[in-house]
Parts: sequence; C-alpha cells; structure tokens
Amino acid sequence: MRHLSKMLLGAVAAVALAGASSAAYATDVEVIHWWTSKGESAAVSQFAKAVDNDGAGDHWVDSAIALGETARATVMQRVLGGDPPAAAQFNPGRQYEELIKGGKLLDLTDVATAGKWDEIIRPKAIASACLVDGHWWCVPVNIHSNYWAWYSKPAFEKAGVPEPKSLADFVAAAPKLKEAGIIPFAIGGDGNGWQIQLLFQDMVTEALGVEARDKMYTTKSAEIAGGPEMKGVFEQLRTLKQYTDDGYANRNWNDTTNLVITNKAGLQVMGDWARGEFAAAGMTGVKDFGCMIGLNESKPVVSTDGDIVVFFKQDNPELEAAQKRMAALLISPEVQVAFNNAKGSMPVRGDVDLGSADPCMQKALEAVKDPAKIVTATNRFITENTNQQLNELVAQYFADDSVTADAATAKFAEIIKNSD
Amino acid sequence: MTDTSVASRIGSEPERAGTSVEPSGPKPRRISPGRIGLYAFLILSALFFLIPLYIMIVTSLKGMPEIRLGHLFNFPGEVTFQPWADAWLHACTGRDCFGLSPGFLNSVKITVPSVLISIVCASINGYALTFWPYKGANLLFGLLVFGAFVPYQVVIYPLIIGLSSVGLFASLPGIIIVHTIFGMPILTLLFRNFYAALPAELFKAGRVDGAGFWRIFFYIMLPMSVPITIVAVILQVTGIWNDFLFGVVFAGRQNWPMTVQLNNIVNTTTGVREYNVNMAATILTALVPLVIYFVSGRWFVRGIAAGAVKG
Amino acid sequence: MTQTRKRRFPIHAVVGTVPMILVSVGVFVIGIGFSVLWSFTSSKLFPSYNFVGLSQYRRLWADDRWLISINNIWFFGLMSIACNMVFGYLLAVFMDQRVRQEDALRSIFLYPFAMSLIVTGLVWQWALDPNLGIQQAMRNWGWESFTFAPLVQANTAIYGLVVAGIWQGSGVTMAILLAGLRGIDSEIWKAAKIDGIPTWRTHVFIVAPMMRGAFATAFVLQCVAVVRVYDLVIAMTGGGPGIATTMPAVYVIQLITVRQNVGQGMAAATLMLAPILLVLAIGGILQWRNRRKESRA
Repeated sequence: MRHLSKMLLGAVAAVALAGASSAAYATDVEVIHWWTSKGESAAVSQFAKAVDNDGAGDHWVDSAIALGETARATVMQRVLGGDPPAAAQFNPGRQYEELIKGGKLLDLTDVATAGKWDEIIRPKAIASACLVDGHWWCVPVNIHSNYWAWYSKPAFEKAGVPEPKSLADFVAAAPKLKEAGIIPFAIGGDGNGWQIQLLFQDMVTEALGVEARDKMYTTKSAEIAGGPEMKGVFEQLRTLKQYTDDGYANRNWNDTTNLVITNKAGLQVMGDWARGEFAAAGMTGVKDFGCMIGLNESKPVVSTDGDIVVFFKQDNPELEAAQKRMAALLISPEVQVAFNNAKGSMPVRGDVDLGSADPCMQKALEAVKDPAKIVTATNRFITENTNQQLNELVAQYFADDSVTADAATAKFAEIIKNSD
Repeated sequence: MTDTSVASRIGSEPERAGTSVEPSGPKPRRISPGRIGLYAFLILSALFFLIPLYIMIVTSLKGMPEIRLGHLFNFPGEVTFQPWADAWLHACTGRDCFGLSPGFLNSVKITVPSVLISIVCASINGYALTFWPYKGANLLFGLLVFGAFVPYQVVIYPLIIGLSSVGLFASLPGIIIVHTIFGMPILTLLFRNFYAALPAELFKAGRVDGAGFWRIFFYIMLPMSVPITIVAVILQVTGIWNDFLFGVVFAGRQNWPMTVQLNNIVNTTTGVREYNVNMAATILTALVPLVIYFVSGRWFVRGIAAGAVKG
Repeated sequence: MTQTRKRRFPIHAVVGTVPMILVSVGVFVIGIGFSVLWSFTSSKLFPSYNFVGLSQYRRLWADDRWLISINNIWFFGLMSIACNMVFGYLLAVFMDQRVRQEDALRSIFLYPFAMSLIVTGLVWQWALDPNLGIQQAMRNWGWESFTFAPLVQANTAIYGLVVAGIWQGSGVTMAILLAGLRGIDSEIWKAAKIDGIPTWRTHVFIVAPMMRGAFATAFVLQCVAVVRVYDLVIAMTGGGPGIATTMPAVYVIQLITVRQNVGQGMAAATLMLAPILLVLAIGGILQWRNRRKESRA
C-alpha cells in the first residue's frame, strides 16, 4: 500500500516536471507532414536546414506522421482542439477549403506579393491551388506528375516486341510478353486501390483529352461521363487486368515497381516518384528502363499534383513573423532546388536550373512549359467524398469481373452528376 | 488491445467459489495414443501461432536484396543485425533519424501513470459497485460497458473539445486522462467481478468493527486484490503501450510515444520499404508487453480465474 | 451480488466513484449524444450544426460500401467468434491435461495479443500472398498444384481475415476458458468417472454448461473485438480487394478522416450502436429474470 502511494506520488511529480519542461525557446515552428520515406526525409531536411539557418533564430520542429490521411486527421484534430501546428503539408485539392472558410489559415498574400509568386510559379494551375479569391493561403513546394508508365527494357527485348509508345501499343504487345513468361502488366491493390485509381485517371485523360476531361468534372457532365469513350476506358481496364498476376491484390506500389525493376513484369503505370525506386536499384533511364509520358508519347501531359504547405493562424505575433519568413524561404530558388533534387520532383518555379536531369525528367520539364499539356489534379475539381466514391467504383470493378463495363460507366456518370 | 477489453457477465450465474488453479483433467497415464494426439494438437497449434513470429524474426535478420527474392520462410542466407540497429537508432522518421529510441522514454512516461491511475480508479469503482451500491450505480456501470463498444474515433471529437476547454489538450495529463477513460470499462468490470467473488463475511466483519468505506478498501480489499491487479496491469500495459491513435493526438508533440515512430517507420508508403527494419522495429516496440506476458503469464490465468469467470 | 443493505447515497462511495460518474455520463453519454446529434447535420471536415434531417442516413443506405460492410460484419463476426470459441475451448481442454511445458505453450498462445496489429497484419498478408507466402513455399517444396491465397479474391478475402483474427484472439479465449475449467470442482470429474461417463460427454454435457460465466466473458470480449475490428482489416486488406472486406468501423473512420464527411460517418456510427444497445438490453432483462428466479428459489 505504502509502495503504491509512493509510486503515485512519483507519477504526479513526473507529470508536473513534464509540464514545466515544455517551454519553448527562440521561435519554434512546428510542421506536421508525411514526408517520411528516405528520399523524403532527405528533402525535408533541406527545408529544416534552411529554416534553422535563416538568421532570425527560427527553429524547425519536425512532426512527421506517416500516411497522408493519418497526418491530415491529426492536423484537423489539433485544429479542433485549439492547438494547431504552425504549418502543415497538404496536397493541392479541396481538403483545406473548409479551413480557409473557417478562418483557420494564415493569409500569406503580403509575402506572395513581395516575392512575386504570381510571376515565378509555373504552371499557373499549381498557383491556383493556393490563390483563392485573390488571397494566397499556401505555398506550393513541388510538382509531381501522375501521368507516367514505366517499363522494363529487358522484358520487352526478351519477348521480342518493340518498346511501347502508347497504352494501345502495350496492350497489343502484352500476349507476347505473357508467352515469354513475363507478367505483362504490374499493378497493386493496396490502400483502397489507389494505384488502380491512378491508372484509371490517367486512362480517362488519355481517352477524353484534357479539355473534355476538365469539362466533365467542372460541369458534372453525365453525358461525357456516360459516353462511349468512358466505356472504352472501363473495357480497356478489364483487358489490362487480364494481363496482371494473382498477387496484385494487396501489393504496394514499390513492390509493384520492383517487379519491373527485376524484369519480372513488363510495365507499370505510376507517378514520377517511381523513378526514385529505379534510381535506388542503381538503374538508369537510358538502358534499363523506359518511361512513357501521359500513357501516350504522342500526347505528352503532366499533372500538377504535388505538395503544398499551409500555415495556421496563431495568436503570437513573433510566431506569425517566423511563419511568414518560412513561407518565403520554402519557395526561394536555392531551397527549391535542394528540396526537389532530393525528392525527385519538379520545382514550382521555372527560373531555376536543375542541372543534369535524366531523360524522363527532361520530358516532363519540356511538357510543363506548355499550358495545354498541363492536367489539373482530379481532386481540385471534386471533394474527397466524391473522390472516394470513384475510388470504390474503380476498385470494385477491377476486383469483380461480374460488374459489366456498361454498369460501371453508368455508375460513373451517376457519381459525376451528383458530385459535390 | 483495449479494444478487446470489455466483458460483461450477461446471463452468467454465480458459481461456486473455488480457488484451485491446478489442472483438473484426468490424471495422465503413460504414453498412450491419446496423449500423442494431445501433444500433436498442441504442437501444431503452437506452430500456427508461431508462424508470424518466425517470419518476423527471419525477415529482420535478412538484407533487403534477400528479402526481394521473396523466400519468406527461408532462413537468412547471411545473418545481419543492421536492421535492428537501424530500427532502434538510425531509421529516419521525417527529419530526425534516431529510430525508435527517442520515443521509448515518452512511452514509459505515458504508460506508468496511466496504468496506475486507471487501476486505482477502477478498483475503487469495482469495490463501490460491489459493496456500496448506491441508487443508480448499476445504471452508470451499464453505460460504462456500453461505452466500451463505441469505436474510439467516434468519441474523439467531443473529447478533444472537452479537454481543450479545460486546457489539458495535447499534454501529458491529457493523454493520461484519455487512457484512464478508455481503460475504465473493462477494468471496472474485472474488479467488480473479483470483489463479488470474495466471501461477503470479509466485508461484514469490517463493518462490525466499525470500519468505513476507505478503511475497508485499504485494509481489507486492496491487500487481497493482487491477482486481479496483475491482470489489470497486463491488459493496461499492453493496450497503452501499443496505442498510437490517442498518443499522436492527445499527448502533444513533446510527449509522442514510440508508436508514432513505429508508425512512421512501418507505414511509410512513398519510398523504399525496408521490411527488415519494419520487423525489427515491431519486435522492439512489443518487447515491453512481451516481457510482461512471459514473466507473468501464469498469474494472468490465475487472475482471470479470480476476476472474469465467477461472479 | 453480495447482500449489502442498500443505502441510498453512501457519501464516500459516491465520492470514490466520481471518476466513474464523470466517464460514464461525461464522456460516453455526452460523447455519444453529440455523435447522434452530428449525424443529423451536414458536417464535413469539422462537426457543425447545420441540420439536414435524415439525409445523411439516406445517403448511407444508398452506399454499396455500407451495405457490404454490414454483410461482412455478420459473416466475419459469426465465423470468427465460432472458430475462436471452438479452438479456444479445445486448447483450454488440452492445456488442462497436465501437459509438460504449460508455461511455454501458454506464452505462445497469448503473445499475439501483445503485438501491434499494424505489423502483424502485414506479416499475415505476406504469409497469405500467392507469390511470397505459404502457397509459394508449398510449391517450391514440390506440391505444384497447392493453392492457398484467400486474400486475392474478393469472395475469399474475408476468410484470410478470419484466420488472422483466430490467431490474435483465440489465446485470450483459451486463457479465460482455462481459468473456467480450473474453477470446476475436481469432485465432478471423479463422480463422472465412477458413473462411467466418457470424458467427452462429461465435457460437453456437464462441464461446459457449468462454465457459462467464462463462456459469457469470452463471448463478450469477442463481440467487442468484432464490432471494433479496424487495425486487422487496414493492415491486411485495406478493405479490399475492391471494397470486399470493408467493415462498419473501417467505413466510419474512413468517412470521418479520409472522406471528410463527419455527418455521414456519425450516422453510420449511430447505427453501429443500435444492435449493441439491443443485445445489452436483452442481457439486462435476462439477468434481471435470473435474479428473480434465484430470489424465489
């Protein structure tokens, strides 16, 4: 008994101590993000280093939480609890609309005006993610494109078919690959089937063209969504499924990439971050693997997905000044180059030199110059709720062969029509 | 673990108190076919239980090239302890590359007071419900048990609002309160069942001697509560040590438990996944509850016998 | 329940249970109350108070995923509870036969309970993977036609979850039932033996009915685990392939955190509580009837 009360006393003392020691020094800027992989850690260190050495005594406090949805949920819960972090990573989309409306975010317009963000940030589409009603609410920090297919050169060589220039080429070559004992098409179904969803979005853009696709989402056009091109997409999706293997169900994207790296599989559709995996395996884009931009080399497109950083309103003027210093710093040329080199993404400003970019990156840098080749990220048009409904439709269709292409197209049109 | 931790004795009838924990089956004869079948069953079952642990251990000792080959059950061709060192000291979780180690002390700081306070509260509850049932006490208890079925995430919003209104959101006391709340249903139930199985004469004798609520609790009941307290400690340590959801939200950044780093190491999806480091990190994180299990497994069954079975 | 004269409000008892009062009323009643309230609002990212009547419930019932998750929880619940009970009871009976190495075996059966499902789920996923796991290992050892990869097919994935659920939960069931077995008076065994009743009949017809308390505890523990099943699904299948293994708790949490649709998430959570309320009510009535029977006897 006495023992117990002693332990209790100890516990109380520990609580009191912990409370006292949490006092902040200098200006701590806490950032919640999900940049937790190796390459990303290296990239985020570049940010942190820049902030720590900005000469104003700022200190980057790193709050890494793996998985975007977990990190975002934590941010939201902290906001609700009245203890928001100073800054947080988000993806461009409608995820933070309600935060702007609720007056939770710090207005960065003065920093942006001083830094001429509207001139230096390219393409415009990525700026528009942060520029809402004439005010800047976030800093775009990089551009990722989802519109890529990666294939193994040795696999195509072994099957004796030419390297593909489009998805149609690939479908034609797939039987030969299969005969050669290669899994023609590599994909994974983990995490609610996001890889399938990515493939689907790429196929939609390729089939409809950028203009019709944008029109479909913005006008909620059931006509386009239920049209013959969309049915074609669903049919092609089923064809692709026939060329994948049994093990796809729960595979992660990087295990999928690994199938291509080890020449066990022919082709994978994945964002540009897959390049990091090839690089980590010591492969070069010249002789080991090939890349197909926009799923069709004759119609190159890049998307403007990527990461943005939002800043939360704080009632501490010193912290607010530090937040604004940080916002300016994240987009400065040196920091942009350092961060994006480490991460394998494109900088958001066109006036920096990326030095020795590989052939795939060159294709992307070329495409990003032409506004007509820019694809706005899907989740800029639709809410997360609709996005998940689409996800589920595509995942279910891919998994279940009894759902017909007609039924899937009809359901797709219905979701688009009712999207909010 | 606390998700599995509510029991109520719906439909249970009081059973005769018996404190024997000795095996009660027929005495074993010498090696008979039945005996062989029995051991075969137990050993096969043990193998089933050990499959994942085996996979985790061999994977944690392999290098990544070997893991990419995909022979899950093969013994490592070349044993390496690097993944263990990485998991504990070097794995990057965002900017910081210190592995799991920084969270260890925080996990201790959260677990120890949470376990103590939740057990103290629950034992008093159980005692009061058994011997001093005031009007409405059983209704409160019913509500508590009902609460155990609610998915945590559903009550998280009201809890955040409540705690932040009293200034305890994102602090050590905050997380301790949260763990105490969610441990309360099952622990109260266990203690209630335990005290209900004690001979009523103990309590009556105390009353005859003129002892009150607290005196009887401290001098009669507490000293007898060792077995059930051990069960409670095991359940709470496992649950609180493995908790990620509450820790990341309610503890505040400076108190983040080890599971936050484990989550960062294991759930990183955009980059090379180092499965060997993942496995080493999981085993390392689970060590504290595992040790407690191995040391006190015998008491676990004994304590459950005393607390969860009779009533 | 011990016979104690009920005083209306023994002051110390009330003071001592203040934490319980705060938690059951302050957290669970008020917390659940808010959840129900929010289920009638159009809350998206944050809870709000813009009431929209029953429209969240209508959207919920129009969602295939919710319907599938309800089917799944019944199937998964019945399968895993039944298997856990049978397997746990067998283990307990066998452990009760004065086996050697009881401590070691018990630790082996119990350790899954101590480990975080974030990773053990992943390990199970590997073990059941057609290219990595048991299927491939058997084929490598010469059994070419061996097929065991439940997770990859939409109609069998749930069996994979059941296997992992048994792995995680049957140890605890074993511990509870073992404790119950050891509480049975050894005279019963002797009497049955003298009467020449076969052992298995003694188990099924005499001992098992005497262990109602232990079975009830194990059963309720299983029920809570089933209702709340989340980590297991996320780690092993993520609710897939497609949406084949979605469960209500997974659905609720994804609505709240991923789909940012708090209103509909709360509607689903409210509906999840309804059957539990029903079960608890039935249990309460049974208990009350039992008590009445006893007091008459």
